[in-house]
Parts: sequence; structure tokens; C-alpha cells
Amino acid sequence: MTKGFKKRDLILIVVILCIVALTVLIHAYIGGVGANKVIIKVNGAIQGVYSLSEDQEIKINEGTNLLKISNGKADMVEADCPDQLCVHQKPVSMSRESIICLPNRIVVEVESKEESEYDAVTN
Amino acid sequence: MKSRVAYFGIFTSLALIFSYVETLIPVNFGIPGVKLGLANLIIVIALYKMKIEETFLLSIVRVLLSGFIFGNYFSIIYSLAGGLLSLTAMALLKRAGGFSVMGISIAGGVFHNIGQLVVAMLVVETFSVIYYVPVLLLAGMLTGLVIGIVANEMLKRLISIIW
Repeated sequence: MTKGFKKRDLILIVVILCIVALTVLIHAYIGGVGANKVIIKVNGAIQGVYSLSEDQEIKINEGTNLLKISNGKADMVEADCPDQLCVHQKPVSMSRESIICLPNRIVVEVESKEESEYDAVTN
Repeated sequence: MKSRVAYFGIFTSLALIFSYVETLIPVNFGIPGVKLGLANLIIVIALYKMKIEETFLLSIVRVLLSGFIFGNYFSIIYSLAGGLLSLTAMALLKRAGGFSVMGISIAGGVFHNIGQLVVAMLVVETFSVIYYVPVLLLAGMLTGLVIGIVANEMLKRLISIIW
């Protein structure tokens, strides 16, 4: 057990890398094009849909979080939670990218205008 | 050995100290939830040095204590889901055999992130977090590798501690 890498380790790493590559490909295939609006959900319920093309600031949950849209990107600029993970997160702009604030149960999701196949299937 | 309780106490406090050290490192990769997982180092070592049920107990005790001290209700649920799934994966791989400490630790890192992702999906009731999968897998693999290399070196020097 104190020796170096074994054959199965390498197999494990290759398998993980394959899954990573696969999910990246799926992501690139589904998302990426025509992203132009953000959906804000609180507790799973849609609270508002906003266009990414106009610069604006949106108060979510009566001001617990502040989302700023500028240059076609959405960024969480303020949150009242202690961890501030959503604030530190990079701005999102690609389809299906999301910012999530778990303590306040907020999901900000980028969506394209046309209903994607993904939604058509789930609906 | 008769000093099991003492060893268990030392492991618990080490895991807690590592959790604390982790909070001091201002790592921000721009992705929520990605961190080194220093406390996992203790869990990996315990996996090789303790009975499996004791390792599970250690993991739970560590998560609860560090959650109450440094985190909150959410972080406890997350860490518990991640920690237990990760430990289960590591224990199974170890039993299967053929993996080095690094391999076991990589699996632990990856499954830790998968466990947390599943909880995140349940909490926010959305599947969009699934798009973090590639990043989290990669991050889990890299941190697991780092932890595994360190754990391997430590285990080499801890041969005398057996119970």
C-alpha cells in the first residue's frame, strides 16, 4: 500500500476523464447558443424572467440577494448569507449556466429564447 | 490495542484542526463548493488504520463537530452527504483491492463532490446543477490526488501505529 500508482488507479483516472469529456460535450451540444434571458427561481418556483440584453439590477427575495445584469452577463453582487459563494461565483451568460444560492434557495438560470429539446422532453 | 479511545480522540481532533485550517485558506476557484478537503486526509489515513465502522463514526463525528463550530445547518447536510458517500466509495474500492492510496483518495474526492451535488439538486429542486458535473469531477480528482499523495507519504511513516 505504500508503493506508487497501480494499474487500477490509472484506469480509474481515465474513466473519470472520459466522463468529464462526455459531460462537457453534452453541455456544449445542448447549451451555448441563443442564451438571452435569465430565470430566477426561489424554492423551485419561478419568480421572474429577465432579459440579458438590457442592463439592470434585480432584487430577489425582497432584497436578500441582488443580481446585476450587464454586458449580457448575470452576476450575483449581493447576498445576505454567510458563505457568499454565489457572490464569488463568476458571471453567467451561456445557456443552462446557473448561479445558485443555497441558503436562500435561489437559482438563477440562463435560458435561450426557444424552448430547448430538453424542456420539450420533460414537459 | 487498549488505547483505542485515545487514538479515536486524537484522530477526531486532528480532523477538526484540519477543518479549521481549511477555513483559513482563502481558496476561491470561482466555483462554489470546490475546496481542498484537508480533513479527508485524516479519513483516508483512518481508513487504513482503523476498523471500517470506526472510520465511519469518525467521519460523522467530524462533520457534526466542524459543522456546529465553523458551518451551519446547510454545511452539515452537505458535508454529511459528501463525506459518507465518499467514505463508502473508498471502503468499497479498498475492499475490491488493486488500488493504491492515491486511487482510493481520488475516488473519495470525486464521490464527495457527487454526494454534495445530489443534495444541492434536492435542495434547490433543479437539475441545472448537473452542469457543474465536469468541473466537480475534475476538481474532486485533483484534490483527491493531492490528498492521496500526502496520505501515502504519511502512511509510510506511520507504520508503527497499528491497532
